[in-house]
Amino acid sequence: MKVTRRQFIQGGLATFTVTFAAPEFLSDVALAQGSRARNFVVLNLSGGNDSLSMVVPYQDPFYYSRRPSIGVPAASVLQVGADSSKVALGLHPRLAGLKQIFAQGRLAIIQRTGYPNQSRSHFQGTDIWSTADPANSSGLGWVGRYLDSLPSPLDPLFGWNTTRDLPHVLQSNHVAVPAIPSPATYAFQSPNGGAEATAERNAALRINSHVPVDQPSLAFVYGNAQAAMATLDRVSTVATYTGTTTYPANNSFAQALKAVAGAMVRGIGTRIFYVTTGGFDTHSAQNTANGTYANLMTTLNDGLFAFYTDLNNQGLLGDTLVLSFSEFGRRISENGSSGTDHGAASVMIAMGGRVNGGLYGTAPNLNLDPANPTLENNAGDVHFETDFRSVYAQVIEQWLGADSRAILNGDFRKPGLTFI
Amino acid sequence: MASFIFDPQVEHLLRRAGFGARPDELDAYRQLSFTGSVTRLVEYERIADDVDSKIGKSGYVLTSGGEFTPRSNITQARQRWLFRMIHSDRPLQEKMTLFWHNHFATGYTKIAGLVGAAEATRYMAAKPSEDPGGVRGQIEMLRDNALGNFRDLLLNVAKDTAMLFWLDGYTNTKARPQENFGREIMELFTMGVGHYTEPDVYAAARVFSGWNLMNPARNVTTDPTQSYKFVYNPNQHETSAKTFSFPIYKDGSSTIPARSAAEGMQDGIDFIEALAANPNTGRYLATKLYRFFISEAGDVNQDWVTQVAAVYQSSGYDMKAVMREVLMSNEFWDSRTFFARYAWPAEFVVRAIKDIGWSGYSVSDALTPLTNMGQNLYDPPDVSGWDLGQSWFSTGSMLARMNFASQLAGNQKFNLASAARTHSSSPDALLAFVLDSLKTRSLDPAVTGELSSYLRATGAWTGSTVQIQNKVAGLVHLVAGLPEYQFV
Repeated sequence: MKVTRRQFIQGGLATFTVTFAAPEFLSDVALAQGSRARNFVVLNLSGGNDSLSMVVPYQDPFYYSRRPSIGVPAASVLQVGADSSKVALGLHPRLAGLKQIFAQGRLAIIQRTGYPNQSRSHFQGTDIWSTADPANSSGLGWVGRYLDSLPSPLDPLFGWNTTRDLPHVLQSNHVAVPAIPSPATYAFQSPNGGAEATAERNAALRINSHVPVDQPSLAFVYGNAQAAMATLDRVSTVATYTGTTTYPANNSFAQALKAVAGAMVRGIGTRIFYVTTGGFDTHSAQNTANGTYANLMTTLNDGLFAFYTDLNNQGLLGDTLVLSFSEFGRRISENGSSGTDHGAASVMIAMGGRVNGGLYGTAPNLNLDPANPTLENNAGDVHFETDFRSVYAQVIEQWLGADSRAILNGDFRKPGLTFI
Repeated sequence: MASFIFDPQVEHLLRRAGFGARPDELDAYRQLSFTGSVTRLVEYERIADDVDSKIGKSGYVLTSGGEFTPRSNITQARQRWLFRMIHSDRPLQEKMTLFWHNHFATGYTKIAGLVGAAEATRYMAAKPSEDPGGVRGQIEMLRDNALGNFRDLLLNVAKDTAMLFWLDGYTNTKARPQENFGREIMELFTMGVGHYTEPDVYAAARVFSGWNLMNPARNVTTDPTQSYKFVYNPNQHETSAKTFSFPIYKDGSSTIPARSAAEGMQDGIDFIEALAANPNTGRYLATKLYRFFISEAGDVNQDWVTQVAAVYQSSGYDMKAVMREVLMSNEFWDSRTFFARYAWPAEFVVRAIKDIGWSGYSVSDALTPLTNMGQNLYDPPDVSGWDLGQSWFSTGSMLARMNFASQLAGNQKFNLASAARTHSSSPDALLAFVLDSLKTRSLDPAVTGELSSYLRATGAWTGSTVQIQNKVAGLVHLVAGLPEYQFV
């Protein structure tokens, strides 16, 4: 996959152009879209999320017979009612915050999301979910294509990636989304002080204003350096944001969300955010007493609940939508190491002040019968019911205000999928 | 080829097959022919492997953090590796070790979560000569096999303690075969995605059932001679036949026969032999080598891949023969490939240290910057290794590179000023001196103009000691932070 990624990059280089402009001019782009901002946070649960541990069909006897050592006990799940197929569901016990958000009608759980012939490779799977294109997963990211569709020039801080590497979902032809893992260290240093330091910074600013568009591979680096210089001052205003609630200090996912909230509160013009929390590749020891999966759920819950609470306090909840994805779900039966191997369909969640909360889609029936239509791979894996591109289409149409058919290269709109 | 070699060619060779050139390396390689220089790199066993004995001695980059125990302290293990990259006289060995570290990417953090920080460091970084239990960590194993036989490398990897933790092989049992290693050895280590099926993954998991770890007899904390070691556990081996979608044996048969549990370890050995021999493996490796040693620009040259894959096959998977072919190829020496690849953070950092200076600098100060640039040695993000090429670059990581240049230039301010003393008669003399020390892709006159303006920006040129100290540090910071310096 890395080769195709690089091949994509080479192809992307040819068309890469740099379109930055002055910040004060650019924040008008967002304002032009309406009086309220529409912030969109893409959340990647990296590694392949075991949806059957997150949203538990706790009355399905096959759940416990197929997962004798890792099944989440029925007594401990946080019940969220039954879906339209009358399957009773419960959240993982560490998701108490998400249960509250669900009760407030601001969390949607979209079951059995996936696509035909689902890849069980981490890398191909991530590429497919990122591009929304199972047939050619080496192209631009679907959010990147949305960014490309916006009027140019776009503010260099329109997007904010909280990781160090540009995630595939944000790869675009014309927009370099800045990577700001920590606003506090996003600063220009100098070996000198005073006037010498100022002279260096001015020189760096001027040097990086010459973008050699005739040398695309070099221009790409210049584009990043230029965007860094252009965003330093606004990002520094976010570094001091502390929030109206406590974001757990030892939870880097929560810290990333604190920066996202800070960017929204400081009004620096950012609308698209990318956050991730990893470690979901739970091949072993996933659910014993304080197992790996329980820790993953704590990280997810504490980060999202702090973010939700903070935005609610700041009056920004109605302006914000969070949407999760993961490259695949996991095998239904546990393996020999109290873990699960790579599977197929999974679950997506959407959270925000304008989300129509509830359970969307139907749970799988875990009966081992090879003809069971909710399963595939000899009843080994969950079969998808809702194409993930239908979820993206709803977000594109109803939140981002764009034409999903143009961005997804096809009509994936699905009636009834009205979570936003 | 001509028998003498120009400086830009020596520099290219040492950037790609090493981590840049110290002044003494440049002098040594200048005396050699093309063939001689490649031979010196490839036949590195002829040069003493004494780099570790120089740690802590004067004249070399510093290390810090108290007593130096890189076998149990991961930040010191990282320092030792950076030290080797800077000072080893076997640069290709270190380069290939890094290549294999990315290829067989194993992350320290997961292992530390399972067995603790000191033990995890041991399985990643210990040298047998320094470990009370004789443990050879994964990077030492890769280093020992850096230009060895690829089949042997695969077999070592399959038995490697860190790998058995990382891809969960230690839990692979007869009743419930573990697919993680079986999948990745096909997808990432040998043939590549698209050349195996899902049933192949299940069969591969069964092949390696029973390839587990033997628990230490006594607590490793109180008895450091103890360690987790590979063991073939016949009671946990699934003995039935395993059929694949590709040939396993030379006669074209694609089925590993049913074997007794006692003989079942041979399944894995047969399977590894089959993967090493598979034609897709040679092409997969050659493609990676093309991107690493030749160019990241444009499409991969398929004729070149065919030629290198042919050497891989005809030599019986001998990576020394393969690398000799790579480094002697016309494509390697084509001047269009000079600076045609984005520098990995470790390459950028080490080359900057070699170019700018190390006297009084500690490599421990490079560790946080490397993390901020996206490359924490011994801890790649996942089993596919680091995202390469353009993925190294973002606003945050570019700032991290610029800020590392600032830190190093500040640290070397006085050394730089004394080296520049005889080149400081004018701003342009100083600029020429710095650009001769830090080689970049060709600079647009507008860029050199801005650098020259910087030297004139804060007052008349006096050539005073203070002015030279400030200006040379500031200029080195700006040059090492240039986009044109971020290539190898």
